Amino acid sequence: MSSPQTASPTFRAALPSRLEIRDIISTYEEGDHRLTALDGLTLTVGVGEFVALVGPSGSGKSTLLDIVSGLLTPDSGDVLLDGEATTAAQRLGRSAYMQQRDLLLPWRTTVGNAGLGLEAAGTRRDEAERRARAELWRFGLEGFDAVYPAQLSGGMRQRAAFLRTLLPHKNLMLLDEPFGALDALTRAELQAWLAALWEQERSSVLLVTHDVEEAVFLADRVLVLTPRPGRLAHELTVSLPRPRTRAMLASPEFVRDRAALLTALGVLDDPAP
Amino acid sequence: MNRQRQPPRWLPPILLTAVLLLVWQLAVRLSGTPRWLLPAPGDVVLAFITDWAILWPNALVTLSEVLAGFTLALLTGIGLGIGVFRSQTLERVLYPLIIASQTIPIPALAPLLLVWFGPTIWPKILVTALIGFFPLAVSTVEGLRSTDQDVVNLLRSFGASPGTVFRLAEFPSSLPYIFAGARIAVAISVIGAVFGELVGARAGLGYLMTRSIAQFETPRLVAAIVLLSIMGTGLFALVGLVERVVLPWRSYATVNRP
Repeated sequence: MSSPQTASPTFRAALPSRLEIRDIISTYEEGDHRLTALDGLTLTVGVGEFVALVGPSGSGKSTLLDIVSGLLTPDSGDVLLDGEATTAAQRLGRSAYMQQRDLLLPWRTTVGNAGLGLEAAGTRRDEAERRARAELWRFGLEGFDAVYPAQLSGGMRQRAAFLRTLLPHKNLMLLDEPFGALDALTRAELQAWLAALWEQERSSVLLVTHDVEEAVFLADRVLVLTPRPGRLAHELTVSLPRPRTRAMLASPEFVRDRAALLTALGVLDDPAP
Repeated sequence: MNRQRQPPRWLPPILLTAVLLLVWQLAVRLSGTPRWLLPAPGDVVLAFITDWAILWPNALVTLSEVLAGFTLALLTGIGLGIGVFRSQTLERVLYPLIIASQTIPIPALAPLLLVWFGPTIWPKILVTALIGFFPLAVSTVEGLRSTDQDVVNLLRSFGASPGTVFRLAEFPSSLPYIFAGARIAVAISVIGAVFGELVGARAGLGYLMTRSIAQFETPRLVAAIVLLSIMGTGLFALVGLVERVVLPWRSYATVNRP
């Protein structure tokens, strides 16, 4: 399958891309209407790059992650992983997908849940749990290995979900509003924790969020989507240096980037001074 | 209100039972009703003591029929439930039949089964199994269907095969439902076994009941009924105990998070 609009060769040879999405169109039925979720979306995520996608609700952000993870086949368009065109079935198991809900299994303890991604791909349970246990301390879950999800706080549940996502060491992570269900304080704490964790791992990340500050704080590059149907409206390379610290939230660079994104989203009329 | 002042949960039903038994005892004695028409609780207790040598072996016969029939219901109910869930063909062909089978008054099949198998243990086991099968099959299907689809998608995105999704998510999700079905099934299993015995048997509490009625030994009949009730309650509690051992997490997750 090739996209109809590849007449002009792109310049992707210069920068290796982990994920490349070309002219994705995705529609779905609602009642007797056919609605367009994504209308010709094109984007890339480089190797070791953290890309955030912001957009209003209903701009097809989650649809995009479903397509990249292989759960959904788009109506048309190409998805390339490491430069190779893939079908949805071929993409299953290639990325680590994390959703807003932690989706921890209530009948499994912390290590049992954290090892689930490995087990899904065929690792034996005892081996998966052993590898999960070895990482607990990095996720602030030490001493909570034999505890059920109902006994964990919201922040701990989400960190356990992160461990489950990271443990299979996929080189592409898809995060769908991973902090959306948390209270503001826990969210700020986990954002800083994720920034530090990512700066060690440097895996490729595509983060979907409606929180502009979160996007600027975490990402190297932020893409803004239009309301449904989703198209690319704006692109911004974040000017904050790494490692990121929470003190940067008050820096002029942060304020400028945030204002630019809010303007692109139509929330601000013109850039703040 | 001070919570510590509250009486224990088991006290009110025990008290109520005691009062009812006392009223029953007095009413029978004061009215002079003959024992064979309505025995007083004291007569039943006496029957337990004097007739224990008859009651106990017959109770064991009924218990073994219940356990065999319930085991058969477990295997077929859960097995067919899984089949219906995993195969669209089975769902279309078999599930309507399973539902329709519930409209057959199963105890009424007992005489037919007696004709086929004679006064052996088989008619009792089969009636018991047929009665317990339905709640188990339906709760298995409903339990498997209750699996969180986001969890299924999560596992698929990690590269899990349908078999792995079943093992890691769908089957464990169904277990609380299966246990709920098993509690119902085991309690009504006792009814099934007694029905099987009433139409033709050489042993068992159902058989003992028909014999006691014929001999005007009504206190022994009531004692047999009490034993059946204890058996049903005990088995119900046993399934609950097994559930607490197999699903220890249930005591923490009282509310399912959205």
